[in-house]
Amino acid sequence: MAIFGLWVINKAGGLVYQKNCGDGLPGLTSNEYLVLAGTLHGIHAITSRLSPIGSSSGAQTIEGESFKMTILLTATGTKFVLLTSPIEPTADSILAKVYEIYSDAVMKNPFHTPEMPIRSEGFDSRITALIG
Amino acid sequence: MAYAQAQRPRFSALSTTSVEHLSPAASTTRFSLPSAPSINTTLGGGKAGVRPNIYDRNLNKMRTSEVSASAFAFLFSEVVQYTQKRVSGIADLERRLNTLGYRVGTRVLEMMVWRTEGSSKAPKREIRFLPALMSIHTQVWKSVFGKPADAIEKSVENQDEYMIIDNDPPITRHISVPRDMSQLSCSSFSAGIVEAVLDGLGFPARVTAHNTPTEQYPNRTTILIKLEQSVMEREEALKT
Repeated sequence: MAIFGLWVINKAGGLVYQKNCGDGLPGLTSNEYLVLAGTLHGIHAITSRLSPIGSSSGAQTIEGESFKMTILLTATGTKFVLLTSPIEPTADSILAKVYEIYSDAVMKNPFHTPEMPIRSEGFDSRITALIG
Repeated sequence: MAYAQAQRPRFSALSTTSVEHLSPAASTTRFSLPSAPSINTTLGGGKAGVRPNIYDRNLNKMRTSEVSASAFAFLFSEVVQYTQKRVSGIADLERRLNTLGYRVGTRVLEMMVWRTEGSSKAPKREIRFLPALMSIHTQVWKSVFGKPADAIEKSVENQDEYMIIDNDPPITRHISVPRDMSQLSCSSFSAGIVEAVLDGLGFPARVTAHNTPTEQYPNRTTILIKLEQSVMEREEALKT
């Protein structure tokens, strides 16, 4: 019942924000995070074509033995990825709140360039208050 | 989408007249070309679906209406970005935001005085500084931001300096200034509003905004009012 990390991926597939909470996951170099985010972006695009029931917007959860990855795809192409333990029930609501914090602290910040890495204290402090 | 949720915090509209920034977003006649008003008059009041021109609305009716805080946040963010491209430094940016706030402040003062004293039998206005400052602290803040400011202080070092403190100013709530511009306070806009109200009431001053964060309130802002010498002399003369 733990949250391991949060990634925010822009519409081009580049990682704009990454945060680890607690030590459920081993630390990686920032380059490895960029590669993982880009890979996930590509995989997500492919999964939208693989759906057996017709149109699909892409994978929403990817579950493994020791983790679960929940992906929120917004209408603008931004992806919020939450990495949690396999039985975390609140992942979707947390992602909705992260989206709300993003639209507040990042989009309304005049010093943030869209699609660029997020360097905002307001966003950091609110995300930490939300997921620790 | 997240932008349009009904639970968004709101704060009061300033005025319905020529304040381009803060008029309620509902009316669409503001930006129309000169030919549009004639369309309005030909339709007249007959059709039920015709919305009245925003300039013809009763000023008192709009007293408690509010503007979406998110809409204003986006507009203000764009104002800051637009200004940032055209200035040479932090001081210039603050000065420009101050000027914009000044233009809003003159209208705030008119509207506030009209609404409070306009219908009274014996309208009066503040001529001493402290009551004027108190009225700014409560009435201006309430009409612009929806709640009175958090504190008023008088400086101990200088006799002509006073401070209004806001723990979480609504217009800068979502702004995170980058580390290399940490002196910048976008509340210079509010400082401009205060400066215009003081000028209109007859207390010329220089008003600036400064970030004074605390543990509990990282967005805490102090608006510093430095009165001009003429005001101090007049206050001295009136004291006796």
